[in-house]
Amino acid sequence: MSYPSRPPADAAPVTGSPRGDLADLLADPAAHGPVITAECPAVDSGGISAVAAHVARLAPHADAINATDNPAARAHVSNVAMAIAIKQLGAQPILQVACRDKNRLALEADIVGAALHGITAVCCMTGDDVTAGDEPEARRVFDLDSPQLIRAASSLAKGCYLSGRALDPAPPLFIGAVENPAAPPFAYRVRRGLKKAAAGARFLQLQICYHPDRLAEFAELARDSGLTPRVALLPTIALLKGSRALRYMTANVPGIHIPEPVIERVENAADPGEAAYRLALEQAEHALSLPGVRGLHIADFRHDDTIARLRSDLGLPAAHSAPDTDALTV
Amino acid sequence: MARLLATIEHVVKKPIWDCRMCGQCVLHSTGLTCPMTCPKQLRNGPCGGVREDGACEVDPSMTCVWLKAHNRSERMPRTLRKEFDDLRPPVDNRLQDTSSWANLLSGRDRVVPDGWQPDA
Ligand code: SF4
Repeated sequence: MSYPSRPPADAAPVTGSPRGDLADLLADPAAHGPVITAECPAVDSGGISAVAAHVARLAPHADAINATDNPAARAHVSNVAMAIAIKQLGAQPILQVACRDKNRLALEADIVGAALHGITAVCCMTGDDVTAGDEPEARRVFDLDSPQLIRAASSLAKGCYLSGRALDPAPPLFIGAVENPAAPPFAYRVRRGLKKAAAGARFLQLQICYHPDRLAEFAELARDSGLTPRVALLPTIALLKGSRALRYMTANVPGIHIPEPVIERVENAADPGEAAYRLALEQAEHALSLPGVRGLHIADFRHDDTIARLRSDLGLPAAHSAPDTDALTV
Repeated sequence: MARLLATIEHVVKKPIWDCRMCGQCVLHSTGLTCPMTCPKQLRNGPCGGVREDGACEVDPSMTCVWLKAHNRSERMPRTLRKEFDDLRPPVDNRLQDTSSWANLLSGRDRVVPDGWQPDA
């Protein structure tokens, strides 16, 4: 059986089109306000409609959607295939590229391959170790590290591979990266951000952070050192169903530490689901109040309409134009 | 001769820095901490997986190599401390098991791919 290469009519989920190119949106805070990106849950099978369900839920509230690269070191539909699907479905993809599974040739090929399909936003990261996943016996690659990958992507955008071989025309890449404001050595994290900025990163999706003081310190240091506004900060907000997910993350995701009182607040609440939402809303409001923060990155583990609620509680405009407006512009 | 130098280098640097003979030594800019002992062999700083207690994501029994590198580099002379923030180029895998001393003298360790361009 073969899957249709175009989304079937019943899987066309996105009404309207993205309100703008990610690079343009991030560049002009006055005109566009906060920018929302979201992580598309990984997909394993089921054709384009499997992706469509997620995109339909996320795209009305997110300006761009991350196509992940084997998140948590587990094999899934590839980053490039996901990014193409997201784009076909009418949303704006961000191609995640991780250093764990591929050497420099494969990483370069993924980036130019996605660019061939018009996918130009790229987010470079080291990637969890293979031991975090379900095939821990795999060979870890890390042929490049993330700052090197960012600079390799910059070379592609300037018109050549790492080898120097020309790429003509050069793909107009918009390059970003990640950083973890809450992992040791705290004092060094902004300097690492600066290194990534120098290599060519223009946005940083920040790891989920349950220490508001550390996030605030990162943002202030980023401002004082000139990292922002050169680079747009997008702190990640996790939308969770309750305290179990908090316990899971703090125990199993290296680099994420959640203080016990935070977990207990959700655990002991009369309505843990609501308490988890309130926590996320508070985090989002706090993050948006910090200098250099241009928006939020949403990791939605609830898979319901919470992202819509968050967007409306934060008073942010819709990410996609209404269908009627769109029909007029076509 | 090159082989002999590599052998001597290995004998000297293995016990002190756990040298992995990458052939392009960067110890001076990494707080005298060998980045090739990082399980991910990262040359440009710690990944986002460093645990709350400073332990390595991959091997929780060891302290993050880059956490040590950062602490040690802060105690180094100013010029070397500044080099900590340099963007170190990708490893040239052809130099594995060759002498970094010989490669330093010949300049071979500073050869980068043609497409490795100055900062954006
Ligand atoms: S030569 Fe390479 S492996 Fe050996 S200590 Fe220097 S950086 Fe580490």
